[in-house]
Amino acid sequence: MLQVSIYRYNPETDKAPHMQEFQVDTGDKDLMVLDVLEMIKGEHDSSVTYRRSCREGVCGSDGLNINGKNGLACITPLSEAAPDNKLIIRPLPGLPVIRDLIVDMSLFYAQYEKIQPYLQNNTPAPAIERLQTPEDREKLDGLYECILCACCSTSCPSFWWNPDRFVGPAGLLQAYRFLADSRDTATEERLSNLDDPFSVFRCHGIQNCVNVCPKGLNPTKAIGHIRNMLLNRAT
Amino acid sequence: MVTQVTSFSRSGVSDWLIQRVTSLILLAYFLCVAGTLVMGVDYSSWKAMNETVGMRIFTLLAVLSMAAHAWIGLWSVFTDYVTERMLGPRANFLRLVCQVGTILVLLVLVLWVIEIMWVSP
Repeated sequence: MLQVSIYRYNPETDKAPHMQEFQVDTGDKDLMVLDVLEMIKGEHDSSVTYRRSCREGVCGSDGLNINGKNGLACITPLSEAAPDNKLIIRPLPGLPVIRDLIVDMSLFYAQYEKIQPYLQNNTPAPAIERLQTPEDREKLDGLYECILCACCSTSCPSFWWNPDRFVGPAGLLQAYRFLADSRDTATEERLSNLDDPFSVFRCHGIQNCVNVCPKGLNPTKAIGHIRNMLLNRAT
Repeated sequence: MVTQVTSFSRSGVSDWLIQRVTSLILLAYFLCVAGTLVMGVDYSSWKAMNETVGMRIFTLLAVLSMAAHAWIGLWSVFTDYVTERMLGPRANFLRLVCQVGTILVLLVLVLWVIEIMWVSP
């Protein structure tokens, strides 16, 4: 039997959040954490609320705090998350809870919007696509794969303290994705929008983001590249 | 862009660079002073060493570095923890008190070192 403890909070009926215990029979199968949530919702308590969609680590909907570590419930096996048969599931930390395991991602998306996550090019459009050399395309590897699940930003203490001013690892990884793109011409404008004491420089390099990213990406490295670009531009 | 009147240089990249450079100066000064003490020194040779122009400049450089380094570091700490988000509506006033207090203490320390190393001997 798997012992599961789930964070419950319904603002319409609860004064404060609490943890609810469940005993789940997994049949000794190495299920994913999302499967356990589905079993609880189907067989124990249909009011348990969480986001989910693709169930295969592509959509980024089910980012949760699983036994203290952020991750995607759908691709986190019990053997990895709960080897001692105890599973504690909480919402992503640092963001306001809407209900149970669902958080309000507005601040996270506001930071993403701030870095202007789209190609900007002020040269005349060519008759065909804007082409890239294979070498230039390679520079985007490890950057474009981000699915915006928010596991990294919500594991970052700097983002917890200043979610309105520090862009956070997810936003900065995407900022560098466009700074590194050979087809983008807004580099100067992008950098001047980041050169303040908060947007980039609240990163102190503790690498929680790298530790939790379910896609194996490295936001700290991207932030280092942005810092070097800012330094080269300013000295 | 976020700007802050109480931050050391108003610029993220400038604060970052200053903090790295000042940490190297502080490391060099610490190694110099610690090395002298470990190798054994009596009062008269310690006094003679600190009376040289080179050492007085090095000490001034170190205390200025300490002030800049501490200003930037503590400013980050205050803007992380002493905020409305963490402590409620009175936090902005409290943060200003903390920041101005830090700056005044650091300035006093710098002036004190100048007085000891350059004025009184």
